[in-house]
Amino acid sequence: MTEPVRTLPGADRALGDFATEVGPSDPVVVVGGRTQWAVGGDPDASAREVRAPAGVVQHEPAEMIVRVRAGTSVAELDAALAEGGQTIALDPPDAERATVGGVLAVGHSGPRRLGWGPVRDSLLEARYVSAGGQLIRAGGPVVKNVSGFDLCRLLVGSLGTLGLLAEVVLRVRPRPPAAVWLRGAPDDPDRLRRALLRPSSILWDGATTWVLLEGHAADVDAEIKALGREFAPVGAPPPLPNGGRWSVAPSALQEAVMGLEPGSFVAEFGVGIVHASTPALARPAHPATATLHRRIKANFDPSGRLNPGRIVA
Amino acid sequence: MSDRLVTELSAALAPDRVRSRPLELTLYRRDASLLEGQPGVVCFPCTTDEVQAAVTIARRHGRSVVPRGSGTGLAGGAVPVGADGAEPVVVVTTKMDAVLEIDEGARVAWVQPGVLNLDLSRDVAHLGLHFAPDPSSQQSCSVGGNVANNSGGPHCLAYGVTSAHVLAVEVVLPDGTLALLGGLDPEPPGYDLRGAFIGSEGTMGIAVRIAVRLSPDPPAVRTILVDFASIETAAATVTGIIAAGLVPAALEMMDSRITAAVEDYVHAGFPRDAAAVLLVEVDGLPAGVEAAAQVVADVAEANGARGVRVAADEAERALLWKGRKSAFGAIARIAPDYYLHDTVVPRTRLVEVLAQVYEIAERHQLLVVNVFHAGDGNLHPLLLFDRRERGVMDRVLAAGAEMIAACVAVGGVLSGEHGIGLEKREHMGLIFSDADLDAQRRLRLAFDPDQSCNPYKVLPSGSRCGDLQSVPAGAWI
Ligand SMILES: Cc1cc2nc3c(=O)[nH]c(=O)nc-3n(C[C@H](O)[C@H](O)[C@H](O)COP(=O)(O)OP(=O)(O)OC[C@H]3O[C@@H](n4cnc5c(N)ncnc54)[C@H](O)[C@@H]3O)c2cc1C
Ligand SMILES: Cc1cc2nc3c(=O)[nH]c(=O)nc-3n(C[C@H](O)[C@H](O)[C@H](O)COP(=O)(O)OP(=O)(O)OC[C@H]3O[C@@H](n4cnc5c(N)ncnc54)[C@H](O)[C@@H]3O)c2cc1C
Repeated sequence: MTEPVRTLPGADRALGDFATEVGPSDPVVVVGGRTQWAVGGDPDASAREVRAPAGVVQHEPAEMIVRVRAGTSVAELDAALAEGGQTIALDPPDAERATVGGVLAVGHSGPRRLGWGPVRDSLLEARYVSAGGQLIRAGGPVVKNVSGFDLCRLLVGSLGTLGLLAEVVLRVRPRPPAAVWLRGAPDDPDRLRRALLRPSSILWDGATTWVLLEGHAADVDAEIKALGREFAPVGAPPPLPNGGRWSVAPSALQEAVMGLEPGSFVAEFGVGIVHASTPALARPAHPATATLHRRIKANFDPSGRLNPGRIVA
Repeated sequence: MSDRLVTELSAALAPDRVRSRPLELTLYRRDASLLEGQPGVVCFPCTTDEVQAAVTIARRHGRSVVPRGSGTGLAGGAVPVGADGAEPVVVVTTKMDAVLEIDEGARVAWVQPGVLNLDLSRDVAHLGLHFAPDPSSQQSCSVGGNVANNSGGPHCLAYGVTSAHVLAVEVVLPDGTLALLGGLDPEPPGYDLRGAFIGSEGTMGIAVRIAVRLSPDPPAVRTILVDFASIETAAATVTGIIAAGLVPAALEMMDSRITAAVEDYVHAGFPRDAAAVLLVEVDGLPAGVEAAAQVVADVAEANGARGVRVAADEAERALLWKGRKSAFGAIARIAPDYYLHDTVVPRTRLVEVLAQVYEIAERHQLLVVNVFHAGDGNLHPLLLFDRRERGVMDRVLAAGAEMIAACVAVGGVLSGEHGIGLEKREHMGLIFSDADLDAQRRLRLAFDPDQSCNPYKVLPSGSRCGDLQSVPAGAWI
């Protein structure tokens, strides 16, 4: 029942080799699938390129966890999980190329975040290479853990500026037995959010609304009926504009997109992400917060050698 | 205690909210663990300004600050120990107990840290909402304490621990400045400071305002009590349920001794002769819930359960939960003292680890009972004793250390929800290398370069990067 799907031989050696390659000095930049290469700015030209090791190390369905190396593509990971009837809340636009390490380092959640929670909540353990070239472990390989400070949360979204991810343990979930995208044009998409128990996604482009319902087939059917005839099943959600990614409080969402052409954006209801064709306005951090950011970077990477040029805040 | 320090604190707060008489201080030497420290002065701020003033004054006098909520912590996190032997200023947040704002539409509430966990859920119950983290101490623990400890509870199996339900925390940093960590928007700029702060056990500042996520009450719930003739079959059922693709809202296990004690105490109708019982809850939409309840029954029967009882109504359901949540109270009927452990093991190793737990207790001539969050693999062996018995503490500590080692040996961790505090800091080396601990220390130092906020907690002595001496005598069991 709990047979691992597969175990790569020499697992730890690959991590050691990666640490050796990164070494203790000179600027390095870690390359994933290059699908979000520009987030945070281009790396300094002086930086040496390295790649994280790849491969699914161990999947234990009964533990609801998977151990995977950071250079593995998201598509490969999901295929391995599917064998055990499970899946994971990572759904980057280009799963064939995007890597697990890249998804975590960028830290942007996909459009199912409303139902599946943010990417950061799925990281249980990280093995990363520090600025000093050492292999460090943060967190642990169990679904619940408060042993020490939460470095995992800190690493997600840090764009490789605090450490280079080598291997991670992620929390996985059962594949929902039924899943359907619906499309309609209700007056108030927000009312719809409140009427459904746990929709996986509600997208809105100013005129049309898409809803993803997942779960037990009979429940999904009942919710479809409750939505009314106005909603009809569709094969897929709309394509997401990728000129900008705005983050706004969910209650301020409608205000934030006021004046935008319907269809020129897609907003995630209940979450607060707007996929827009124009970049988000810069949001300078509050001075006290900025000081914390600076100190964290200085404490983790005193010589500034990790992913130089990338700016997280 | 320096008179100037007390005078300044009294001027900044109100004189009756600054306590320094020996008898009053005695009340704040402990939390719910067995450890003890010594506060220099205890203050009870009502506002953020007063917290900032208390921190600034303590700092000016070279005193450490120890944040404290309701004091229900089980790892000694709020036990006052000051740096350099100087008795610390304890800042108690229980008077900051207002629910400041409820946004029903956004399902967000801003609360002060002293709000009690259960009070928050009661305050929003009429809206069909609740705060998901539900520690067994929820009647008395504070939301600030939940944030500091990243607390869990029975329903965290499906819904996640505190960290998944906190959007933003406003913090008085150890230097007295105020910072907002996180935000109501989903991707605030910069590093995830909110995530880093949650679970920092009072070592990175004092939470003064917290934005929590409220969850909708599920329309359908089934609570099921399953009765087993052996621990092995109960544990196999836990694994079987998860492997069947189910994530129950809760999946709790109780062994025979605790089941009998609880039954004598609350008369919930628990089978007194069961070797183990499982309390399983499934919730959601009606069809899925019915199907899930059936899967639970099927898996239990396939594993040889003696009986499956589904709560017929809300009253019966409440009674079953009362039984589970009164476990600690019931223990008082068996022995005057208990020492509670909190480790996590891979779910699939539950059986073998439990066998070791019983063996270790027996070898040390101690009584152990087990009541725990089986779905998470989060064990809570309770060693029962009478501290008046000579030499018993040594046996309790030795047995506890062996249990921790046994859990770590199968790939487990030191704590699933109570934290490290003062209690387990010297065990951190069992799961982390010096380099791992050094990385954690670097995070802590970014928030608290002088290590003046809750010193001696979480990280062991002896790791690099601004060393601390070992815990001074006086912090003692
Ligand atoms: C509009 C938009 C929509 C998105 N939607 C989703 C979505 O639906 N679901 C989802 O999960 N994600 C989503 N993302 C995030 C995005 O898909 C991922 O960030 C992307 O897949 C990165 O993977 P990559 O391997 O191509 O990284 P790259 O483009 O190669 O690298 C991105 C950054 O990560 C760093 N990095 C890469 N590997 C590592 C490592 N091992 N350790 C440390 N740092 C590393 C790189 O140095 C670089 O700074 C979205 C992003 C945008 C902008
Ligand atoms: C009978 C019993 C059952 C329990 N069951 C559970 C359970 O099921 N799950 C679980 O997780 N825990 C449980 N606990 C442990 C405890 O209740 C939790 O850890 C709780 O979150 C502590 O809250 P508190 O307000 O009592 O905090 P305290 O004990 O006062 O403090 C705990 C830690 O938080 C820090 N702290 C407190 N307030 C703040 C603040 N405002 N800012 C910064 N730091 C702060 C303190 O410095 C300390 O390190 C149980 C305890 C008991 C006695």
